[in-house]
Amino acid sequence: MGFFDNFFRKKSSGDVAKDRLKLLLVSDRSSCSPELMEQIKNDIIQVISKYMEIDAEGLDIQITQTETDDTGRKVPALYANIPIRDLKK
Amino acid sequence: MSEVIVITSGKGGVGKTTTTANVGTGLAKMGYSVVLIDTDIGLRNLDVVMGLENRIVYNLVDVVEGNCRIKQALIKDKKYPNLFLLPSAQTRDKTSVSPEQMKKLTDELREEFDYIILDCPAGIEQGFKNAIAGADRAIIVTTPEVSAIRDADRIIGLLEANEISKMELVINRIRMDMVKRGDMMSREDVVDILAIDLLGIVPDDENIVIATNQGEPLVGTDCQAGKAFMNICKRINGENVPFVEFETDGFFTRLMKAFRG
Repeated sequence: MGFFDNFFRKKSSGDVAKDRLKLLLVSDRSSCSPELMEQIKNDIIQVISKYMEIDAEGLDIQITQTETDDTGRKVPALYANIPIRDLKK
Repeated sequence: MSEVIVITSGKGGVGKTTTTANVGTGLAKMGYSVVLIDTDIGLRNLDVVMGLENRIVYNLVDVVEGNCRIKQALIKDKKYPNLFLLPSAQTRDKTSVSPEQMKKLTDELREEFDYIILDCPAGIEQGFKNAIAGADRAIIVTTPEVSAIRDADRIIGLLEANEISKMELVINRIRMDMVKRGDMMSREDVVDILAIDLLGIVPDDENIVIATNQGEPLVGTDCQAGKAFMNICKRINGENVPFVEFETDGFFTRLMKAFRG
């Protein structure tokens, strides 16, 4: 447990557990099954592909928590990160 | 004013029965009249943890089916005359009792006791529905592990759906040495994730195993878990007990232990 151990250490396993749980619980609570997420993902790819060329492999969608502006209450939000290969098709 | 408290967790093996035994015994020690009900039909265990397994004549199903009066099925504790156990049936299954019957039973017990404490089975099926039917308040037991916390979150959702709004958390079997190293989620981490009020933290203590071996709950004794359970009882009773950090063994203590063997 020297100085260098701590220095070079990756994230502690406790933090890994917390991060995994946070993501897991958001999808558990929203009762959104992995199959449903897959369907949403495929539909998004189809729609966006009509207008531009996207990287379907690199597409990432998940349900996360976001604060509403007015009350500060946390609500679920659909987050999608869609890398674009070419804007013009 | 009597209160019906259900002790639940979702996941099995996190310490529901141990918590029930210790909380019940602690409240009895404080002078309240307490009845513990084991609702795990088919897999009863609260009787052995309490050390009362040899005194069972009638059980929960007998009471519900009207084979005996409630008083005949209640077993008086070895140490506290104001503490009773209503054991579960070992040779029946969960469908032997309905939520309506459980509600009726707890309502009848309210007239005699200050605290009615229900030990809930693992899972979210019939046994869980029976256990929560008559409850005013829920204690959710979890350990600082991913699987237990995930199940606890599910249970919290189900309790909310059943309009049990008074829910509190007990984090069991925490190891401060691992938390310090960053290899176990801390009390703050768990509370942050589950977002309900904390009722107590119980350290991983080998005295729990010893106490269970002997069938004598250790609440109130001079060990870390004994103190932690007593604090939980005081908080249930509305006392404001601050949360103390448990000590991890320092260098010197570890050295002494090494010598003692």
